[in-house]
Amino acid sequence: MQIIKFIKSLAYPSEMLPPIVEEESHFDPETEHSAAKLGMWLFLATELLLFGGLFAAYAIFRAKYPVMFAEGSANLDVVLGSVNTVILIFSSWTVAVAVTAIQENKIKLVQVMLWITLICAAIFGINKYFEYSYKLSNGIGPGTDIFYSIYFAATGVHMLHVFIGMAVLGVILKRTYEGRYSKEKFTAIEIGGLYWHLVDLIWIYLFPLLYLVG
Amino acid sequence: MTDHHDFDKNYLENGKGFKSWFFTVDHKRLGVMYLWAIGVFFVLAAIASFLIRFEHLSPGQTIISAQTYNVLFTLHGAVMVFLFIVPGVAASFGNFLIPLMIGARDVIFPKLNLYSFWIYCAGSLILLLSLAAPVDTGWTFYTPYSIDTGTNVILVTFGVFVLGFSSILTGINFIVSMHKLRAPGLTWDRLPLFCWAAYATSLLQVLATPVVGITLLLLIGERYFGLGFFDPAKGGDPVLFQHFFWFYSHPAVYIMILPAMGIISEVIPVFSRKPIFGYKAIAYSSLAIALISFLVWGHHMFTSGQSKLINIIFSVITFAVAVPTAIKVFNWLWTMYKGSVELSAAMLYSLAFIFLFTIGGLTGLFLGALAADVHLHDTYFVVAHMHYVMIGGTVFGLFSAIHFWYPKMWGKMFDEFKAKIAFTLIFIGFNIVFFPQFILGTQGMPRRYFNYAPEFETLHQLSTYGTWILGVGFIYMLYTLFKPVGAADANPYRSVSLEWQMPSPPPTLNFKEIPTVTTSTYDYGTKVEQEA
Repeated sequence: MQIIKFIKSLAYPSEMLPPIVEEESHFDPETEHSAAKLGMWLFLATELLLFGGLFAAYAIFRAKYPVMFAEGSANLDVVLGSVNTVILIFSSWTVAVAVTAIQENKIKLVQVMLWITLICAAIFGINKYFEYSYKLSNGIGPGTDIFYSIYFAATGVHMLHVFIGMAVLGVILKRTYEGRYSKEKFTAIEIGGLYWHLVDLIWIYLFPLLYLVG
Repeated sequence: MTDHHDFDKNYLENGKGFKSWFFTVDHKRLGVMYLWAIGVFFVLAAIASFLIRFEHLSPGQTIISAQTYNVLFTLHGAVMVFLFIVPGVAASFGNFLIPLMIGARDVIFPKLNLYSFWIYCAGSLILLLSLAAPVDTGWTFYTPYSIDTGTNVILVTFGVFVLGFSSILTGINFIVSMHKLRAPGLTWDRLPLFCWAAYATSLLQVLATPVVGITLLLLIGERYFGLGFFDPAKGGDPVLFQHFFWFYSHPAVYIMILPAMGIISEVIPVFSRKPIFGYKAIAYSSLAIALISFLVWGHHMFTSGQSKLINIIFSVITFAVAVPTAIKVFNWLWTMYKGSVELSAAMLYSLAFIFLFTIGGLTGLFLGALAADVHLHDTYFVVAHMHYVMIGGTVFGLFSAIHFWYPKMWGKMFDEFKAKIAFTLIFIGFNIVFFPQFILGTQGMPRRYFNYAPEFETLHQLSTYGTWILGVGFIYMLYTLFKPVGAADANPYRSVSLEWQMPSPPPTLNFKEIPTVTTSTYDYGTKVEQEA
């Protein structure tokens, strides 16, 4: 019993924290809201720099091997890539609607929009799965040549971010059903939305760089 | 305030047992736990270095095999860098002091602060798990060897990747805290200089760490999938790894040193009884160092075959870093000028910092100069330079902080006289260990070599004898610190800074009422102080 309690506490550490934290915060809501946003923007900067390493590698190797990049790019499925781009941009719009809706207390609309976002993300993942498995079944994988290494590394790390974004939005969606958010209290939705926009933004750069250079 | 919370209880009394510490969100307790953790890792890595030095008592094998030697210097480097000195002062004293200094009840995201600590613990455990098949690459994990070696590179690099998150999240927490939680009246130009230094450090943590994160991920991918980015056989470039690695790891040396510079800026005015000289110059020079540090990474690679033009540019920018650093040193000296200087243990460590860091910094310029570096690259000269900066700088700064804020942190006093004896041993021991290494380096002794030519034996032995004095000094310092003598007043050093205006140790919530700040943090020997 003790062990289960301990494992649970790891998943929901807030339940184990000294009661004072749960009962009250040291800071007023206004400060907390603007602080959370500033914190999230800083975190997004770190994400951009993380991908910055991949973009730098891309630039260096494309300058070194232009032919390899043109040929590799021509072999990618532009249709699937385009569909995924449209899907992600659309999901960014639905998240934006959700952030606006919560500020007008339209919980139902928030839930619908978050569901659509999650479904879009899932479709994106499924498309990517088919793309990957088609390439792998043709004997093309990471390490085939530098272009495909970049392709798999960059889209792979991006896919990881899609999953993280889905987890974040999923938790937020669950909490909307618990009535945790309102016109006065919507910080989590806003910064979760910011994160999703970043996932979208990275893809908007990856798509032309990888699919359209040929 | 809720009823069950007694304001008079200090943070050490507020709850007992493992759970009350490991699940706390109190920034002071987290700071203390970081201090313990980095202390333990410091001892672990120091033991490794003592074995390395012992091995060098004679040429050839003295006590350990060549492979064990490679493992030990990797362990020493990786633990010292990633577990001790990068989190180091910022996580321990940054956590403890920043909210007290800015007049806040906690950092802005207390829970995130706790998670950062847990991530730090997890990353440390992963890194140490690799001891099952210990890594022999050196702490820099240079390709192609790190791709080919049979040792546990993946586990170590993944551990460092995880630790990076802790570093990033702590940095975000500090930056946002300083923007949002400064007490009324505490404008940016009244902010204690330790906070300025911590701010610059946090910026580096946030902006540099992700790059090493992706670099290490790519290295793991290289080993798992054979990505080929760093493998010339596949069209990749091993030097690219070095570029990526130093793009983080050069700013990281300022992550290590800047908080220590902040400490010196706090200690010197108190024990000189004078306002800090050149407040703005010191504050902005922290930011200048942070900015320039992003543009100098190539000076680690002068002999890697990168273009000559790039070498010259990196060399010139490297000289530029010396300017804001020298600005700090001169301002500290001018602060002491005609002050009534009191040579307490904390002050002695700060003075030693200025002396040793200046040697470390100036020898850095030798290495930044292209022509000299070609001769000195990868010799003991580099080893001596970086230890003068990292021990003579950061560790002496940390020791200064441990002594200076000891009464505040623990509510007790230590024996000043014994602490000064420990300082003397450490100062002498340190110089005997590392000064001969400068000479060894100029004579051509390469770093990281198991064996050495017989003509180097005397200097190597001298260096090893130094570690024994240094070791005795460390042990005596710990003995002194663990044997407190009597309770501390709220403000034994008559400091005017905010954290000393509360009981020692501080109450759990720091301030009963958030204070309003009306003066500078460094009003010594002025009218304000005499009235107080």
